[in-house]
Amino acid sequence: MVTALRDARRARRIAEQVPDPELPMLTLADLGVLREVSLTEDGTVVASLTPTYSGCPAMAEMRAGVAARLREAGYAHVEIRTVLDPPWSTDWITAEGRRKLAEHGIAPPGAAPRHAAGPVPLVLSPPRRSVPCPRCGHPDTEETSRFGATSCKSLWRCLACREPFEYVKEI
Amino acid sequence: MSDDHVYLTLAEGHEDDTRWAYGTGFEDPLHGVDTAVPDDVDAGELAALCVTLADDALVCAQRLAEWTTRAPELEEEVALANIGLDLLGQARLLYSRAGQADGTGRDEDAFAYFRDAGDFRNVRLAELPNRDFAFSVVRLLVLASWRLAHFERLTAHRDPVLAAIAAKGLKELAYHRQYAAEWAVRLGDGTEESHRRMRRAQEQVAPYLGELFTAYDVRDEVVAVLRQVTEAAGLPMPVYRPLPGSGRTGDHTEHLAPLLAELQGVARAHPEATW
Repeated sequence: MVTALRDARRARRIAEQVPDPELPMLTLADLGVLREVSLTEDGTVVASLTPTYSGCPAMAEMRAGVAARLREAGYAHVEIRTVLDPPWSTDWITAEGRRKLAEHGIAPPGAAPRHAAGPVPLVLSPPRRSVPCPRCGHPDTEETSRFGATSCKSLWRCLACREPFEYVKEI
Repeated sequence: MSDDHVYLTLAEGHEDDTRWAYGTGFEDPLHGVDTAVPDDVDAGELAALCVTLADDALVCAQRLAEWTTRAPELEEEVALANIGLDLLGQARLLYSRAGQADGTGRDEDAFAYFRDAGDFRNVRLAELPNRDFAFSVVRLLVLASWRLAHFERLTAHRDPVLAAIAAKGLKELAYHRQYAAEWAVRLGDGTEESHRRMRRAQEQVAPYLGELFTAYDVRDEVVAVLRQVTEAAGLPMPVYRPLPGSGRTGDHTEHLAPLLAELQGVARAHPEATW
């Protein structure tokens, strides 16, 4: 029993360290997409992942990455499950993950919008969000495009140091 | 931890390294999800609803992807492609759910690549050619507003998988609607030419609005959003004169078949092929 628990914890630590394919400075644990790792009685490791976006093309790579890493570590039977509910939120990116993003020049997300039940309101002139430049820290920045190289990022530029940067948008 | 390692793990997870195109072993997007349909859900109705929502998304994604290399600016091209990718992801999940619910076990490819135009249930608005950027903005505004309102209701659906797909898609659709609404205001309230084109686009879209407001009662909510945007854009609400027929019952314009020919060509020329 103790061995099994220790083994489950070890499997979890291994799965946690798999890097995200699109933000390789983050581990899947940093990104908050690894929901659960458990060990069944017959020794199968069951790892549950949640997609960031419906169309996230990295999902298959994440599954393959976790399975391969666990097999390398000696777990012969690995099962990967997809969990859709509750949907992933950028709020699940850990403090460590946010620190690493900023360190790599990507501005981490603010708090995700909370929708009460009922119609989602459309706000045509959103209050100007302050996203400090991840390079120089200056607060004077502007959005150049809501959508960046991947669904999860938008494009910004700093008006002080003039550097463009990416920003993980809240979802 | 090197980036290279990610690609090594990819190859290790499969018998071969063919996984980047149609027929190359994309996994079921609902891989590992509990697929049982609850007893109190009519499986046939659930499948039909999923196909309808998936067809809207797939056809719309295809039109959005056509802007790649042609959009007014690179940023818009990236945005439109990303919106298309979100919709494609929603379509994949919904097709997979439909195949589970209708008992055939068909996968997403069977729905996307091996049905003819008459079997598609998307609204005709989704399949109309892109025309100009204004038209694509108005169409996206309408479709995203409708889909957002519809998905918001579907989060309470008795089928937990559909409810979860809707909850996930809802967040994405809020960004799509926001994007289209901001462009609608910018163009409507922009130059004389952009205003004229927005007016024209509204007239082109108006006849197709009726098809959207059938299954669920989201009409008032969507109209309220469109009114909010048109007012901010200095545009009138278009006069609504519905066309007969509906894509929901398989009536389509002459534009769907060529769109599908392009979408399905490779898969049909080489069925079951891997490379």
